[in-house]
Amino acid sequence: MSSVITVENLSKKYIIGHQQQERHTTLRDALVSGGKRFADKLWHPFSAPENDSSREEFWALKDVTFEIQQGDRVGIIGRNGAGKSTLLKILSRITEPTSGRGLIKGRVASLLEVGTGFHPELTGRENIYLNGAILGMSKAEIKKKFDEIVVFSEVEKFLDTPVKRYSSGMYVRLAFSVAAHLEPEILIVDEVLAVGDAQFQKKCLGKMQEAGKQGRTVLFVSHNMPAIRNLCDRAIWLKDGQVHQAGAALTVSENYLRQSLSAASFQDMQATLATLPPDPVFRLEKIAVKQKGVLTNLVLNGDPTEVEVTYVVLQRSVGLRVYFDLCDEEQNILIRTFNDDAADSMSVVEPGRYVSQAVIPADLLAPRSYELKIYGTIYNQRSIPEGGVGMPLLVENTSGINRAYPLDPVRAKLLPRILWQTQLA
Amino acid sequence: MHNNPNILVIEAGCAERHYWRDLWRYRELFFFLAWRDILVRYKQTVVGVVWALARPLLTVLVFTLVFSKLAKLPSEGAPYPILIFAALLPWQFFSSAFSGAGDSLISNAGMISKVYFPRLVIPASAVIVSFVDFLVSGVILVGLMLWYGFAPNLRLLTLPLFVLVAVAAAMGAGLWVAALNVRYRDFRIVVPFVVQLGLYISPVGFSSSIVPEQWRLLYSINPMVGVIDGFRWAILGGGTPFYWPGFLVSIFLVLAILLTGIAYFRKTEKTFADVI
Repeated sequence: MSSVITVENLSKKYIIGHQQQERHTTLRDALVSGGKRFADKLWHPFSAPENDSSREEFWALKDVTFEIQQGDRVGIIGRNGAGKSTLLKILSRITEPTSGRGLIKGRVASLLEVGTGFHPELTGRENIYLNGAILGMSKAEIKKKFDEIVVFSEVEKFLDTPVKRYSSGMYVRLAFSVAAHLEPEILIVDEVLAVGDAQFQKKCLGKMQEAGKQGRTVLFVSHNMPAIRNLCDRAIWLKDGQVHQAGAALTVSENYLRQSLSAASFQDMQATLATLPPDPVFRLEKIAVKQKGVLTNLVLNGDPTEVEVTYVVLQRSVGLRVYFDLCDEEQNILIRTFNDDAADSMSVVEPGRYVSQAVIPADLLAPRSYELKIYGTIYNQRSIPEGGVGMPLLVENTSGINRAYPLDPVRAKLLPRILWQTQLA
Repeated sequence: MHNNPNILVIEAGCAERHYWRDLWRYRELFFFLAWRDILVRYKQTVVGVVWALARPLLTVLVFTLVFSKLAKLPSEGAPYPILIFAALLPWQFFSSAFSGAGDSLISNAGMISKVYFPRLVIPASAVIVSFVDFLVSGVILVGLMLWYGFAPNLRLLTLPLFVLVAVAAAMGAGLWVAALNVRYRDFRIVVPFVVQLGLYISPVGFSSSIVPEQWRLLYSINPMVGVIDGFRWAILGGGTPFYWPGFLVSIFLVLAILLTGIAYFRKTEKTFADVI
């Protein structure tokens, strides 16, 4: 038997109170409602307990079943509230399932948060010991790994400073370093890579990859699809507390992205357009991003991408144009292009409804997330709307560029096909 | 397959199969948490550990003034400060362990909702912290005895027994309050109040021999009465006879509180992470 985690029909129910504002019942409430129930029972000893309308059941997990083999690195993905954290909490024994069961073979270490139990008043050195003990390491084990932990964390100089004086980056680095030196057979990690600078994130990913290579089983929750694809070979997609899809990390994560982005954001976009302040001259009606004629937000960079802007011009105007910016995550403008870029002179636009279509060629976008910002503008007067209408654009690499080094992240903001020739000189 | 100790079964109502073994595995965590709390308490203080000595000393001073000099209560033959300190020692231990354990789960909420370990570790280490204070205060008692040239007799050897009872009482009451506190925050208010009242209804400032004979048994329903009387009997070694019926009532109650405390704690701890 090589499966190390077996989960059968695991379910977890929470009761959510609707009327109660406070999270914690007070003794008085308990006494009052308890007394009421007792009185009810006295009067109607045989009736079923009354359905309390202020309480509602919520199934955070429902009939979740899967198996994980020894050495698998499994990504768990899904939207917020899909049950990912609940699943991890049950597997790490923080909370109990309502029904169903799980079997786990081997020592588990779970990292649901970085720096759990860190005390701000204690020094880095003291916190290493404390945190290690909380994560289940013995004192001897921590002592043995102490130097390694310190080196990994890069905070040698501040080892005897209380961590409350640390920068948040240092704090996180130290905390992750302790956790990274646990040597469990099964490692459960929740989104902790979302912290620290890029350099350190890479180091952490490397550490986790190493864990996988040593035959350890890794369970990893993340919203970061590239990390999932880099790190995991399998993925489980949870949706509304149930397993929606399980399989190869590449396929599942791509399906997840496609589904979660396209439907939601196109509708959001239309809703946003409807709430724009009215302009006497120009009205944006519809913005669509398509590939091969199909609406999408997940763009495959091996194919051209069509950006379609539908708008109404209410008055004859001179110098009216539409344009879009392609921005990176830091809002740097990478490309700005106008619908009349090819014209010889300033355009004069008659009233009417127009559709402008731009085609972003294949082999230009890099696999990263961009924002597309669409504007109308009247030359020398104003942009409409003021800040443009933003639209997220996620790009997947299907272009074949960088194919030989799939694990190497693309650092460039754009990835055009540049022709190279190499020959013996 | 279920007999394989390496396989962990997660199921509703059966997570505790390995509980006591886990408790043993996490034994170091008791001391780490206690060590953390002690360390943190005296960080950024000027006089540091001196506080552990100053507080009981000042209390003794005031109590001696009020109960001996003003109220003129009898002292069973020992110097009044020693009479008081022999009682203050277990009382302060109990009260700080009780309120420390009561608050412990809530002040460690972050850990409870993010890491697994037997939850019993947290209130238990709060008791350990108070126990360390108790030992430090013990030094004062020795000092006082040297100062007054007061020599205890062989009864002192029974002291560990009473210490054990005090630990059990603090632990039991602490577990109850810790578990209740997670769900009903009312106990945050109740506990300081109980501690404050307890100081007056326990024989700390006076000897329990001044309680009328017919009320002695009833008085012993307060389990700390048995503990404090025991401490005095062992330390002062005076002629006062030991009041056995009262002590037995106290012991019985302490055991009952401890066992039900553990049971209640175990029963509710599975939901701590969901409720806290």
